[in-house]
Amino acid sequence: MAVDRAPADALPRHRAPAAEAPLPSALRIGMSRVVPELKMFYRRPEQVALTFSMPAVICVLLGSIFTAKLPNSDTSTGAVIAASMLAYGILSTSFINLGISIAADRDTGGLRRLRGTPTTATSYFVGKIVLVAVVSLAEAVILLTVGVVIFHLHLPSDLGEWFTLAWVFVLGTTSCALLGIFISNYASNAVSAAVITNGPSVALQFVSGTYVPLVVLPAWMLTIGSIFPIKWMAQGFRSVLLPPEMVIFEPAGSWEHWRIFLVLAAWTVGGLIGCLAVFRWSDRT
Amino acid sequence: MAHADGRSAVRVRGLSKSYRRTSAVRNLDLDVDYGEIFAILGPNGAGKSTTIEILEGNRKRDAGEVSVLGEDPGTAGRSWRAKVGIVLQEASDAGMLTVVETVRMFTNCYGTSRVPSEVLELVGLGGVAGKRVRTLSGGQRRRLDVALGIVGMPDLLFLDEPTTGFDPEARRQFWELIRLLAADGTTIVLTTHYLEEAAALADRVAVIVGGQVVAVDSPTRLTEHVDAAATVRWVDADGVHVERTDRPTELVRERSHPGGELAELTITRPTLEDAYLRLIGQV
Repeated sequence: MAVDRAPADALPRHRAPAAEAPLPSALRIGMSRVVPELKMFYRRPEQVALTFSMPAVICVLLGSIFTAKLPNSDTSTGAVIAASMLAYGILSTSFINLGISIAADRDTGGLRRLRGTPTTATSYFVGKIVLVAVVSLAEAVILLTVGVVIFHLHLPSDLGEWFTLAWVFVLGTTSCALLGIFISNYASNAVSAAVITNGPSVALQFVSGTYVPLVVLPAWMLTIGSIFPIKWMAQGFRSVLLPPEMVIFEPAGSWEHWRIFLVLAAWTVGGLIGCLAVFRWSDRT
Repeated sequence: MAHADGRSAVRVRGLSKSYRRTSAVRNLDLDVDYGEIFAILGPNGAGKSTTIEILEGNRKRDAGEVSVLGEDPGTAGRSWRAKVGIVLQEASDAGMLTVVETVRMFTNCYGTSRVPSEVLELVGLGGVAGKRVRTLSGGQRRRLDVALGIVGMPDLLFLDEPTTGFDPEARRQFWELIRLLAADGTTIVLTTHYLEEAAALADRVAVIVGGQVVAVDSPTRLTEHVDAAATVRWVDADGVHVERTDRPTELVRERSHPGGELAELTITRPTLEDAYLRLIGQV
């Protein structure tokens, strides 16, 4: 049983403290995580297929059902849905994707392992945020292509419209990503995260104008939809992808850019506060 | 062997932790010297993992003083984490990355780190560097866990039940790796419920039962915590004789005759296993 071992004090074991290089900054560690995060994403083909194809497929299906032109216009209901569907695409790549991947990192022990290194929460999220930005951008390109080719959407024609598209995209992605991080705290694993992110998402599609045009919704649904960011993102995208005269089909009768900005900004700030308040590295206390 | 400043690598006084109404660790004291391989040995549910997780900074404590490398792990910052390596009991992350990609991702967290290819050679994963992590065997996965624990060249390495589920050959290889790290000056604290692991590796062993330390000593001296009397056994025409004595040589001399042999003579002393079983039965 006993094994021959030299007594501890016979060996000059403790190293002299070597000159240590300074720790890399949180941002630098975060940026070094971007490529591995992207690899972990695209090496799951089923996840990639689901994330990218779901909004596009739903867009094509709904758009093909609602082909009638809206009264006194040259635009079909399908085109309105296609423009709005960009909001669902972003929700899918930010809120759902992030909610699931963070819950999985916590469940597999990946987060706890990171916690044992000089990696900070900021570094971890920098990696996730860049991942979401890249994937969301790819999603936007796919959905815009579908919209332009099949539903004859017009890409923005001037710099102002591109600017609107850009800030709605950035604020929408950011707020949804933060909400995804927030909700991941309430999931114990990837499966439960898929349920608690997809469930509310599907319900919100119906009241936010991405599955059904807002004009046909009862007032109470419109009220509920107006609380959450998707409705406002979709409205922002419609404002630059549809002909200007389509504004008459908005419940407010205007594109309400300021209100879109305020609601998305409020969700971004609220989401950030929520994340900082509840984020945890593991389920252990 | 104390550090130059006279303090221990790990110093714990009066540590307590409960989960709801169940007490996991009760008033536990522990000292680990710099450069030591220290094993926390105990049956399942004894509080080993709770203790090491508190030392790692991965769990909050209810009461007590804890100092690891001179800092409180509950509040220590990034520079402390750079000096401490942690091998968790279970983790299944990064399955889609290759082995070397995973190691490289972790080297980027540190200012000073080992070269990925070297650390993989060190843990014996050089041959599978390009394989996806999820395709590794259990033993290889564990070696990767160790690789990730030591990429930052820690002064102190925590290993929580590192060889659970290993076959004997894999376990021996793993012990060699730990000895190699210790020889390099790394202080090692590991939990195990394998007695032979503690005996083979550790300079000192703390036996934990019911959340309390019941004995701390070198593996050879742990046996002295129990009755050291030898047991002499032999067989003659009257049947089997078993006698316990402090003076086995004298006993054998008295019972033997010139030219005669005592049939099936054995003299045994309590093994570490006897000591351990006695210790964990005490509480």
